[in-house]
Parts: sequence; C-alpha cells; structure tokens
Amino acid sequence: MYIYDQIDQRLVEERVAQFRDQTRRFLTGEMSEDEFRPLRLRNGLYIQRHAPMLRVAIPYGLLATRQLRALAYIARKWDRGYGHFSTRQNIQFNWPRVEDVPDILAKLATVQMHAIQTSGNCVRNITADHFAGIAPDEIVDPFVWCEVIRQWSTFHPEFTYLPRKFKIAVSGGEQDRAAARVHDIGLQAQRDAQGNVGFRVLVGGGLGRTPMIGAVIREFLPWQHLLTYLEAILRVYNRYGRRDNLNKARIKILVKERAPEVFRQEVEAEWAHLKDGPATLIAGEIERITHRFTRPRYQPLDPLASAYVLALGRDKAFANWVRRNVHRHKVPGYAAVTLSLKKTGVPPGDASADQMDAVADLADRYSFGELRVSHEQNLILADVRQADLYRLWREASALGLATPNIGLLTNIIACPGGDFCSLANAKSIPVAEAIQRRFDDLDYLYDIGELDLNISGCMNSCGHHHIGHIGILGVDKQGAEFYQISIGGAQGNDAALGKVLGPSVSQAEVPGVIERLIDLYLARRDSEAERFIDVVRRIGIEPFKEHVYGGHHQAAAGRDRQLAAA
Amino acid sequence: MADIIKQQRVATDNWRLLRPSADGGLPPVPPTGDVIVPLALWLEQRAALLSRSGGLGVWLDSHEDPAHIADDQRHFDLVAVNFPKSTDGRGYSIARLLRERYGWRGELRAIGDVLRDQLYDLSRCGFDAFVLRPGEDPHAALPAVEEFSEAYQASVTQPLPLFRRRYLASPDGMEWS
Repeated sequence: MYIYDQIDQRLVEERVAQFRDQTRRFLTGEMSEDEFRPLRLRNGLYIQRHAPMLRVAIPYGLLATRQLRALAYIARKWDRGYGHFSTRQNIQFNWPRVEDVPDILAKLATVQMHAIQTSGNCVRNITADHFAGIAPDEIVDPFVWCEVIRQWSTFHPEFTYLPRKFKIAVSGGEQDRAAARVHDIGLQAQRDAQGNVGFRVLVGGGLGRTPMIGAVIREFLPWQHLLTYLEAILRVYNRYGRRDNLNKARIKILVKERAPEVFRQEVEAEWAHLKDGPATLIAGEIERITHRFTRPRYQPLDPLASAYVLALGRDKAFANWVRRNVHRHKVPGYAAVTLSLKKTGVPPGDASADQMDAVADLADRYSFGELRVSHEQNLILADVRQADLYRLWREASALGLATPNIGLLTNIIACPGGDFCSLANAKSIPVAEAIQRRFDDLDYLYDIGELDLNISGCMNSCGHHHIGHIGILGVDKQGAEFYQISIGGAQGNDAALGKVLGPSVSQAEVPGVIERLIDLYLARRDSEAERFIDVVRRIGIEPFKEHVYGGHHQAAAGRDRQLAAA
Repeated sequence: MADIIKQQRVATDNWRLLRPSADGGLPPVPPTGDVIVPLALWLEQRAALLSRSGGLGVWLDSHEDPAHIADDQRHFDLVAVNFPKSTDGRGYSIARLLRERYGWRGELRAIGDVLRDQLYDLSRCGFDAFVLRPGEDPHAALPAVEEFSEAYQASVTQPLPLFRRRYLASPDGMEWS
C-alpha cells in the first residue's frame, strides 16, 4: 500500500474543501447544472437513472483493509449497504445523495482515498496487473510506476479539459495482464540489452464504439523519460484531438485519422522540446515512492506444506477452488487467491457492506492487511500462506466468496447495465444471471475450460465485451432490448477484438445461443487443451454462425419469440 | 470598461476586444484606444496596426497555433487566448507554449467562457489576467486563483516538479514534505 505523505494528504483535503464549496454553490443556485457538471464529474459524481452514482478511486486496484472498512461504512451510512467494483478497479455507490457527497469524500480522505478524476475528460485511474509485485514473470512492480503517473496526472493543470476521458494502464512485464493494448496509453515494462528498465508505449487502443488495438509508437522508452513522453502525447492529443463529435474524440480516432506513424512523429517532435526537462524522473524519486509502499514481511516457508497437499487430495471441492482461484506467487510457500464476486444470483462485482468487512477481516488474518480489485471485478488476497489456504477457503465459502469459477464461463464481467446506468441500452445483470444458471453444473463448466464472457449494456463497453472470448452487447432495437453476440475477442498479449456473430437476439434467447456456441466448440475441439478461443481462431466464426442461426434453430428461435410474446 | 482579475487583483480594464463579424469578416479597427485584435487581423493588417496610436494586443482562438506570433511578440502589449467553451482545454496548452516555448513574458489574458473554478489551472498554465464570463463576480472568484497550496507537476508558476524540489531540499532522504 502506498502511504501518503503530508502533501498527498493535504491535496486530498483541499480537494474536499473545494468540492464542498462547489456543491454548496450548486445547491444554493449560485452555479448552474451546466457549470456544475464538469466539476462533479471530476469528483466521480454522476447523476444517474435512479439517484446519483459516486465512483471512488482505488488507485491501481490496491486497497488496505482500513480503506475497505471505510468503504463498507460509506455503503451503510450513505448508500444501501453495498457497492459495485468496476472494470477500472474502482468502486461505485449507486444511491448517495448529492448533498452528502462532500461528507463522503471527507470520510474517504481520512483513509487516504478520494474520487479525484474518476470521471470527466481527464486522466482517469491508472490501472495495473492485479498480480503486481507477486507475479513470477514481472520486470518491475507496476504499482510504483502507477503511483508515479498518478501523482503526475493528479490536478495536471494542462490536461483537465481533454477532448475526452483518458485511460492509462501499466503492465509490469511481457505478459500483459493489464489490458494495456486496449487503453488510450498502454505501458509495458521492458529491459534493454544492458538490463535498463523502460517501457514499450502503445497509443490509441480502446473499446467503446470504435474498438481498436493500440499502436506501438515507441519500442523502448527509458524510465527517466516516462513523464515527459506522456506529456508530449497528451499535449498533441489536447491540441488536435477532435472536439466536434463526442464519439470521435478519443485519442484512438486521432491516431487512426493521422495514421500511427504520423502521430508518432508529432509526439516525437513535441517531446524533443520536453525531453531532459525538469519533469525528467530521477532515481531518488522512484526509490522514495518504492519505499512509501508497505511490503509484506514474508517468512521463509516450505513450499507445498504437507497439510496443504493432503487437503488437496482429500477434498475435491477445495482442489477445484485451488485449481481455479489460487495463483502462483514468486515467494515460495505463498499464493494469491481470488475471492469471486461472481456468485450466481449476485450482480457481477457487487459486494455488500458485510462482505466488505468480512473480506477485510480475512485480509488482515491471511494476507498482510491488503487486497486488490481485479479488472475482472473480483477481489484478490495477494499474499496468502499455502498452509492457510484450506482455512481461508472454508471461511470464504461461508461468505459466498469462493465460487471456483475464475477463468471460466461464469466468471462474467458485466457493467451495471440498464438496471442502474442511464447510458445503457439494455440490462446486463439479468443476462449474466440467466447464463450462470444455464451453466451451473461445475463439472460441465470445468469441461468447457477457460472462457471469458463479457457483457456491456451499451457501446460504451464498460463490460469489455469486445475482448471477451464471447462478448454480449446490449442494443436498442426499436425500443426493445436486444443483444448482439460476438466471438473471438481476447485480452492479454494476443489481444483481439471479437467479431459479431449475426443478428441480435432477445434476452430470453441469449443463454440458448451461448449453449449452442459451447456445443459446437465441444464438438470441434481437438482435445481438452484446445480452448474455446483457440477453436474460434482455428476454424473461424462461420461454423459457429451456422450452428447458431441455421434453419432448425431459426424455427426454434421463432417459437421462443412467440412464447416470450405470449 | 469592466472589472477583470489581473495579477491577483480586481482591476478596471480599458482594453477593447475586437471580434470578427458573424460571417467571419475582420472587424474595423478604431483609430485610437487600446485594442486586442484577432490573429487573422494581425496577420493581414500588420503595418496599419503598427502605425496607429494606442495599445495593441492580439488574441488567439483555441484552434489557432501560437507559433504564428512567436516572432512578433515585441509588437504586443498583451496576448489573449479565447475559450469558446469552458470545457475546451486547448487554451491551456497554448498558454504553456507561449510561456515556456516562445518566451512570452507580458500579460497573458484568458477571455471567453472563463469561470471561477478554472482560474487555478489557468494560472498554473501561465495566464495572469482573466476576463470572466459575463455575470461572474471577479471579487468572489479571486481566491480561486490560489485554491491549492501545492502541486505535483512542473508548471509555469512552479517550473520544478514537486519531486525535484524535494530532492533539492533533501537529496539524501527525499522525505521532506
């Protein structure tokens, strides 16, 4: 956990005071709704379908237990007793009152938290790999670099009114677990031949209406130049990004319209003026920030302690959970654990205040008082002793947080959708639930194997449907809620955008379509090792299309529709 | 005549802002008095403007490139940057370029849809005069120029980022705060 110094703390407190005054002026009518909008947005406050929504920043997804308890407190006192963890590793409260928001922000400030720049056309929360610091394959700890960028981007005077929102992700190594390729800027840590650390810089990736994979504009940027280079990219974007059309205002459109190579030259020309200037990073600063992070005090442990190995052999349910929800750790004898927020019947990513408190207790007892939020909307205990896994599993099971489905079809990523969000065309949560119910047989689920299924309620793509192996997008069809299914998307190093399968289908038809996709996959895979995404890549989408929309199925779908209408 | 914020004070101002006509035509220039002319007018009528009496300023719109006036600075008493909408952030980059790249040291004035809650960032980008949107009270807005006591980044008002100032104050520990 990064521990604030006095200045970090003072800035957050001054922000609370500023927003308190802005809210007061709005509520007394001194300021119009139009003037208030950009100000409240940069403090995470949306006016939503039922009530305001407040998005609280969880920088790079890292939380201390006292912070999680403060979130539970906020959920109880100012909301309806729960919160929603988002794909940007933040948490959203769906029912606060506008007049309470300054008090909520003040409460957050007491635990070194805030809602700064969680919305608005500015640099948003910097995201990272949720296994940062513990992954065996990482080159640098991305959290440190995220914090460097967080400080640089917080209240950046030049970039508070960009053409559109701006998202940066940092991956600590070659294996991209931060979805760096679908961010406005993706940074991937590298080492050059001399062993120096730097970053590969990708620009112009993103989901939304025009999904794109980012273009590499620099293969190796030495770390000292990180901030001046970011500044050059942001300045080119701020000056030339489109402001005439909201749907074309993201940096990806600028990169595409100019061509990545031309854009790269513009950035390099701008950078020539900024390079080696005062914003050039120094080793002392990286060291200072590194040391402000608390670090677990690992004990020398025996890997694969006998009690753990015995429990694996004895208890199949435990072994299933270990197989799916427990992950490798670079320190012998330790493991990372995903607590699933994807229990069937619970909106993906939702956690109650009681669960938050209970998770805080688990993290205190089993994982050095810290946890992480993953962009797949689960909670991670990153530093658990293998010898404690069995006890932790039993406790997590009792709390409904041990669904052994990480990486499987039912670990669905979903936005809040039309139940909550005023932007959505269609609901997401009931669709997720219907699919989870259809695939509730664990053996079947395990047989299907690794599969990412992502649902977005609209083109804004908060549910990352483009990069799901199966993606589901809510669309509006003459006032009715329909769903467009795509397949072949992927995150990570082989990131790809899914292709639309065919005409959209009704909510009732979605689980049936998924089932047919799975049937064909199981029939066509050459072995259990060939995943759904591998088969799609090998045979293309045509056979899937045919299987879903073939003559027989159309008749069946017609019957379904008649039944649904009756 | 209007009250504006200038050098962190409310001051009465006599400068006349000349805007293009509705069809984009260049406005007529009064023979005397202090005027701020659009960039296009400066580029087209440079000699005439230089021979008239009265102060001369030029204003850039948010899409205009400050490089156009980089070599002309000695002719201006002030430079203004227009904000067609308060959420159009291009003027912030223009201001930094004028100050940091082209070395403009005279008055840099924010005009157009300028609101109290932007003054702090505008000021950090190099603006030192602000003509607020009509109806805004400059006296009430004045404290907003210094809303925060510290900043992480380098800016026009603080050319060293916080981490460098920390390092200079305490090169061994960097724990000054």
